[in-house]
Amino acid sequence: MKVGVLALQGDVTEHATVLAGLGAHPVEVRDPADLAGVDALVLPGGESTTMSLLLESSGLHSAVAARLDEGMPAFGTCAGMILLGSEVLDGRRDQRCFGAIDVSVRRNAFGRQLQSFEADLDVAGLEGGPMRAVFIRAPVVERVGEGVEVLASTAVGEVERPVVCRSGPVLVAAFHPELAGDPRLHQLFLSKL
Amino acid sequence: MKRGLAEMLRGGVIMDVVTAEQAKVAEDAGAVAVMALERVPADIRAEGGVARMSDPALIEAIQEAVTVPVMAKARIGHFAEAQVLEALGVDYVDESEVLTPADFQHHIDKWAFSVPFVCGATNLGEALRRISEGAAMIRSKGEAGTGDVSQAVTHLRSIVGDIRRLTQADGAEVYGWAKSLSAPVELVREVAETGRLPVPLFCAGGIATPADAALVMQLGAEAVFVGSGIFKSGDPSRRARAIVEATTHYRDPQIVAKVSRNLGEPMVGIQVGQMAAEDRLAGRGW
Repeated sequence: MKVGVLALQGDVTEHATVLAGLGAHPVEVRDPADLAGVDALVLPGGESTTMSLLLESSGLHSAVAARLDEGMPAFGTCAGMILLGSEVLDGRRDQRCFGAIDVSVRRNAFGRQLQSFEADLDVAGLEGGPMRAVFIRAPVVERVGEGVEVLASTAVGEVERPVVCRSGPVLVAAFHPELAGDPRLHQLFLSKL
Repeated sequence: MKRGLAEMLRGGVIMDVVTAEQAKVAEDAGAVAVMALERVPADIRAEGGVARMSDPALIEAIQEAVTVPVMAKARIGHFAEAQVLEALGVDYVDESEVLTPADFQHHIDKWAFSVPFVCGATNLGEALRRISEGAAMIRSKGEAGTGDVSQAVTHLRSIVGDIRRLTQADGAEVYGWAKSLSAPVELVREVAETGRLPVPLFCAGGIATPADAALVMQLGAEAVFVGSGIFKSGDPSRRARAIVEATTHYRDPQIVAKVSRNLGEPMVGIQVGQMAAEDRLAGRGW
């Protein structure tokens, strides 16, 4: 199975390593031609404002949007979650997103790097106990639309906010499962393909 | 987690900025992070004097202006400047040879901090010494403020070439490498086994054009720092954007050609080969 990893910027190789470890065939996607023959797409962590610009200039924005409309499965972590959502809060004014999953996502919801943290997170549907989650200048979901399943939440100040969500073939996580050596979320994503 | 932020910056461009307005220009052009400074290296070079940590008010103004990570520089060995930068909430501290060193023997003990550090290196031994002190990212030093990429190329080739050679070493030779690199044997062994540094390797020092960025990325850099090269050029916004594109599409010369057209004047620059040894910054750090 060919799984594209959006390779405009960010921690592309970590995702590719996890995917390869699970028996998938990862392919770097930098321009629309790279999308051909890809069964699913992973959108990595990185800087969402940068990726948004590069998606436009490479012609990938409309190409990826068209594939998502056709139901291509997608998995986004951190910046990837911001890109797949339907609304960006605290984004750059010209920042675009795909609206593949109906969630409103706030960037840098926890603050700066000094507020980055790790936590053990219970994710619905994952067996084998909680998952080690690495949150790096992470976003959170502030609004969940209809048909969106919340698989995990964490406290932001006083409020519990969703950090893993799924809607049909689209899965998003606010943290970085690709950095923690735990492949279960990737496995969950691949199992639905 | 400290290394994690560096992983997120990979494939991106980190730009030196001296005002909140420049920080906005950089963010709008697609910078993955900005480096908040009072003077870019070319001006530090031209004006001389002691170069220190930036005014906290300037750093705060830049933090207010942008949503991407903000880095700032502390002098080599000046842990009190680093403490101030951590208190300001900067996302990364660059313990930098571009500033005047505060300690000629010791670098900062970076394990003592929560904020991650990036340090410069000219060779593999220096890189591993910095990592042993807690650096979460290494960048080539290059020769800052010159617009001459030759030293960045030299340092990158030295680091990447030695990593490649080290992977051929057997168990006994790893000890010999540790001795000749003056680096901890555990880190040397890790590099020998994995074929890469334990932290991301970025490139800095003299990058002024999209093709410069494509060059160092092909040589093994995972992201680039651009200092004076952007805001000392004729059309900073355009050049910044072009370097961002070239860093992503570094293997596609058609795209590098396309974005390199009509960028206006590059920074004038200084040839490193014609500089006096005492004017070179890369020799700072030990």
